[in-house]
This record gives sequence, C-alpha cells and structure tokens, in this order.
Amino acid sequence: MGEPHERADGRIGALARFLPVGDTAFAVEFGARIAPNINAHVHRAAAVLAEAAPAGLVETVPTFRSLLVHYDPTLTSAAALQDIVGALDLGEATHGALARIWRIPVLYGGEAGPDLDDVAGVTGLSPEEVVVRHAGEVYRVYVQGFLPGFAYMGDLVPELDLPRLSTPRVRVPPGSVAIAQRMTGIYPVASPGGWRLLGNTPVRLFDPSHSPPTLFAPGDGVRFVPVDADTHADVCRQVADSAYLPDCEVPA
Amino acid sequence: MSARLHVTQPGPQMTVQDRGRIGFQAFGVPVCGALDMVALRLANALVGNAPDAAALECRLAGPAFTVEGGPARLALAGASATIEVTTEGDTQRFPAWRAVDVPAGARVRIGALGGSGCAVLAVAGGIDVPLVLGSRATDLKGGFGGLEGRPVAPGDVLPLGPAPAAGPPLELPRPPALAPEGPLRVVLGPQADAFTEDGLATFLGTPYRVSREADRMGMRLEGAPLAFRESADIVSDGIAGGSIQVPGSGLPIVLLADHQTIGGYAKIATLISADLPAAGRLLPGAELRFAAVSVAEAEEARRRLETEIGRLLASLTPVREGARIDEAALFGENLISGVVSAFESE
Repeated sequence: MGEPHERADGRIGALARFLPVGDTAFAVEFGARIAPNINAHVHRAAAVLAEAAPAGLVETVPTFRSLLVHYDPTLTSAAALQDIVGALDLGEATHGALARIWRIPVLYGGEAGPDLDDVAGVTGLSPEEVVVRHAGEVYRVYVQGFLPGFAYMGDLVPELDLPRLSTPRVRVPPGSVAIAQRMTGIYPVASPGGWRLLGNTPVRLFDPSHSPPTLFAPGDGVRFVPVDADTHADVCRQVADSAYLPDCEVPA
Repeated sequence: MSARLHVTQPGPQMTVQDRGRIGFQAFGVPVCGALDMVALRLANALVGNAPDAAALECRLAGPAFTVEGGPARLALAGASATIEVTTEGDTQRFPAWRAVDVPAGARVRIGALGGSGCAVLAVAGGIDVPLVLGSRATDLKGGFGGLEGRPVAPGDVLPLGPAPAAGPPLELPRPPALAPEGPLRVVLGPQADAFTEDGLATFLGTPYRVSREADRMGMRLEGAPLAFRESADIVSDGIAGGSIQVPGSGLPIVLLADHQTIGGYAKIATLISADLPAAGRLLPGAELRFAAVSVAEAEEARRRLETEIGRLLASLTPVREGARIDEAALFGENLISGVVSAFESE
C-alpha cells in the first residue's frame, strides 16, 4: 500500500512463477527462453534475496532463466519462503548491461582445437573464418555450472550453431574452448564432454583456494583473442607461476 | 604429532566426506558430502565429534589401516560390518554402531558392509584434511577437497584432528532401519508437465531397478521408459539432491550427493530429503518404487526424521562391557557360519 503503482511490476511474485523441487528447494522461473533480460532478472533476484537473507535460506543457484532457491525445511517451509521471495522487489529494471569484459587468449586449431576443421567443414566456412566469427563477439556469462567454474557464454553467431557431438569425448583437456548450439564455454578441469573444441586457453577459470573460486562472474563479458603457439606457451608459464591475470575492461 | 590412520587397503571408492560444501553451487561447485547423512551424524556422535566433522565414507566394504602416533576412537554407522582390531597378535571383533577404542600401533580391518551399500567410519577428532571452500568433502569430479579430490589409496596417511574429551565409549542400542519401509517418496516437478499422462502413471506405477551405472553422482534406473510430450531437453536449470532427471532414453536418473549444479534434462520429480539417505544406501539390482507426496507432506516427513535422529542421538549409552564380550564372541561364530550382517536375525 502506498507504493507507486509502476513499482508493483518489480516484485518477483509478479515476474516469476514458483516450481516445486522437493522439500529443500524451489525454482523461481522468470521465463522459458535464454535471453539477456530474463537472465538479468535471475541474477538481480539472487542479489536481492541474498541481501534479504530470510531465515532458512541456504543458497541460491542462478541459471539461464530461473533461480533455484535451496532452503532448510527444518527452519522454514516452501510456502513461507515463497511469500517472502514473491514480495521482494527487483527495483530498477535491469537491461543486462555487461559488468566488465575479459580478454581471453586462445590458441585455435591443431591439438588445442581438434574440432576446428570439422566445424569449418560442416558450416562451409574456412577454419580462419570460424576463428574470426568465434573471436568477433563479446559473449555474456549467463550461468556457471555443469563443472566448477564452467561458464555458459552466449550468444554465438547463428552460422556456428551446431549440436553437441553425438558421441561425447571421454576426456576433454582443461582450458578447452568449445561451442555447442548458441553457446561457447571453457572446460575448467578435465572432464567428459560433448561440445566441439575450437581451441585452448591457459587462463585458470576456477581455483578452489580462492573465494570467490571463479574468475568470471555472471553478467561479465568475454572476448576471445587468437594467439600463436609461442604466446600460448608463454601465458601457460605465467599461469603456472601465478603471474597472469587476463586483461579486463569496464565498459563506459 | 597427533594420531593418524595409515591406510593399507582402502575400501572401494572410499572418500573423505562431511556434511558437504554449502554456498558455492552458484559457481558450479557441487555440494558432495556423505550419501547417508543420518549415518554421518550418528557415527560422529558415537565418537564425540561435532556433526560437521569429516569422516570416511565406505562403499561395499570397509578399509584396513594401522593407527599410528596415538590411540584413536572410531565408530562405523550406516551398515552392519565386523571391525577387527589386532593388537600384538591378539584380534578382537566389534560390531558397527558403537565406539571402539583402538590403541596406537593396532591394525584395524573392516569387512563387507551389510544392509546398505555405504557406511560412515568416523574417528574422534575427525579426518583433518584442509578445508576447501568451507568443507573437507571430496569432490571427485572437480578434483579437490578430501585427499586432492580423489578416493583414498593404499599408503595414504590420514591425519586426525584433536580428539574431543573422551568419556566412556558409546553405543547406539537400537540402530535405525536401513531399508526404505515403502516406496521412495517424491514431489512431482519441476518439469512433470514435460511427460505424458501415461509417462507419469508409469513413473508412479511400475517398479524400477538400480542399474550398474550408480555412483555418488547418481543412479541410473532400469525399467519402463517414460514418454515425453515433446522432448527430454529443457533450458538448463538448477538441480537439487534427489532430483530425478530423465534423458532421451526415458529412463530416470536419481541424482545424489555429487550431482552437478544445473542440468538440461527434464526432471520429473524430486526425492524427498527424508528418503534421500535410503536412496544413497541402494545397491545395483535393488528394486524401488516411487510414490508422490505434496511439498508440505515432504517437509513434515523431514521434520519427523529430524525428531527420530534426535531420539537416536539421545539414546546413545556407554557400551555395556559384559555385552561387548558376548557380542564379540557372537560375531566370531557368525563369521564362521558365513553370516555377514549383524541384523539378519532381527
């Protein structure tokens, strides 16, 4: 009561729906699509909820289009917590402006990017044209997940929109720069994986001895910078000596 | 130097676990922690540890190790097993669900687990590996926590924290039932609407079997495939412990402690937290059924479980010395006659 009418639209309850995820979590779903404005709502909701810190809140997991709220059912209930979450106001409309833009050196092709030639073949581009397109965009960090520090970044140009490999690799090396559908990502640790590998970066994206443990934050931008093998090897050495931090700019 | 365990033979896939790594899922860091949280709490309480102390999670069978640098008090909870303690050629046998005081230099060997696929071995003072992001739990996929993110290997030396003040060794007079009493309870959603009416009816109406593809991340089930309205794929969203995701094969996967933080397959339901420990105990080949409950019923079931755990913790009593000798003798006979589980007669 007494709130200006236009601010009522900023309440999470008016923007999202709640979905049941057992008795220790629920999803706050802002939409069904991958879109910067929906994703910005998710991250804003995570921040607002963290600030409100209602009793029984354990942690939240922002995803592309929903926020998973983990709670302790011995301290609260889904119904009580949803009342609190629904009433929280996201405040000023966020349009998803990028917070900062990282420049990540990548050695494309060869052993570092074993799928580059295949991607070129399937898309009808030359390997050089694939690199130009992949390195020509600033990508948004939508979400981190799947692996510790694995950032889902988009959107990839439609020409490079390919499905995942039908047979995933048993082991993708750490630092592999990969694409799948309209997303690109970097494998932070060795893992099985079905994304197509274009190149490799020495940059360390996840370090459990740091807090926060990841280099990127949601809402960051990432630009890939093609480098030659010598530069890649040089950056590898600097990373090993903990003497490397990639360039980062804050947009005006 | 304080006491430590020198491992000669770890159990299969034995890992250091605690209550899990809370607060970092937004960075893609899974929770991990013990599969059977009830066993973790009881094992820690039996040796006088705080509930968040790190312990050893055993799968199928326990380890063999030597206690070095001082005495150790240990307890196994979550399964039945025989704990053999050999001191200067003399071997004594003890059951699970009680604290056992082991002198420095003694060899300990824990046999096959009965009644569950996993158990927790707690040692007074806790397994003192470094905290990583607030937890000592092993993250096998991320390769950190516990012993550099890997299972315990032969030759590992596990440091113990300072042991809490030792009173008489405790026992749990009436261990909890390990097998689920009925169907595993689930809350439908968040993507139950991705499935046809028939698919939902199949999920709740037919039995499933735990396949061989079962580990700390999850259990792939065998049984009737579930029909989708359109497809198994969704825009990736968050996963909770107990989430039941269904990939294109239509066969459900119950996600457990090491589950990834987000995933792109439709999730038909979520196992309720009160039944999650029971799911963690299941072995390949086990048959299970699902029954749907409401969120409020699931929360009430969890509160009842907490009350039950409180009752179990309050029931811990000093080991009756006379009974211990009888028990040890009984176990000796059971071993000779091939009986592994201490509870098969109950």
